[in-house]
Amino acid sequence: MFARGLKSLSIASVILIVGAFALVFYYAPNDADQGFIQKIFYLHVPLAVVALCGFVAGGVFGIRYLRSGDRAHDLRSYVAIHLSLVLAVGALITGSIWAKAAWGHWWVWEEPTLVSFLIVFLLYACYQPLRFSIEDPERQARSAAVFSIVAGAFVPLNFLAVRLAESFSHPRVLTATGGSMPGEMRLTFMVSLLAMAVLFTTLWKYELASKQASMQLRALKRRLADDDDPWIPTRRTAAPQQL
Amino acid sequence: MPALPLDDAGPYVAAAYLVFLALILIYVAIMASKLARIARELGELTQILDRREQRAETDAPDEAEAVPR
Repeated sequence: MFARGLKSLSIASVILIVGAFALVFYYAPNDADQGFIQKIFYLHVPLAVVALCGFVAGGVFGIRYLRSGDRAHDLRSYVAIHLSLVLAVGALITGSIWAKAAWGHWWVWEEPTLVSFLIVFLLYACYQPLRFSIEDPERQARSAAVFSIVAGAFVPLNFLAVRLAESFSHPRVLTATGGSMPGEMRLTFMVSLLAMAVLFTTLWKYELASKQASMQLRALKRRLADDDDPWIPTRRTAAPQQL
Repeated sequence: MPALPLDDAGPYVAAAYLVFLALILIYVAIMASKLARIARELGELTQILDRREQRAETDAPDEAEAVPR
């Protein structure tokens, strides 16, 4: 169910990532203000944008789960949030490296963009412990869906609040006028963003397929187990256990 | 914000891209370990099936004797 199109997506991811990195280092000019350090932007911003979109997607799947009761949507929501957390870690680390080079500090607490992203990250860091704390699979899925919807709604609100706030030093990239990027930079950024989005989708489907295979195997093992075979208990875990 | 010279900026840019590479590699390694677990569970399933087949073979003669002539 989840593995469909995975091969072509994987190939597209590799081509786009290699293409994006080639554009970053061989096509996009050095920024007049920041110089070579600005190359981090082509990695850091797509990581942050795709992570935030992944969190929102987790909320959308949460809504679909509550509406339909289909456990596949719960699994989709879980994997989207789990993967977004990985990308968010990447965004935080690459952002800190850029901040150290550009501002001389690893972290600036006065900067609303940084702190708001950290708040979103910490909020979603509670998602896995929340799931793990609930043993009943039905309740676990329902509570996780509610969490993902509320937190997913918080992401765009948070984004808007930060846009309205006065930025001290963090550059603005996503503006209505497209920022101040020249054509080569904008193209490189758009390809990088697309590459990150396709990579996210590939890894998302990859993990979904893996989780589905594990679930099917466990279900089969339980069906095959008889009196002579050891009973196979359901391991308590944050991940959904059945479809 | 004065631009850092290439010599100074290079390590930072390299570090950022290496972090991304490391994250992807760690993720793939975790997925590989999960794949190994799936393979192990498949092996266990095969063992359960083998045991069932053996039991069915040993039980079969007894059942044949139990059939009234």
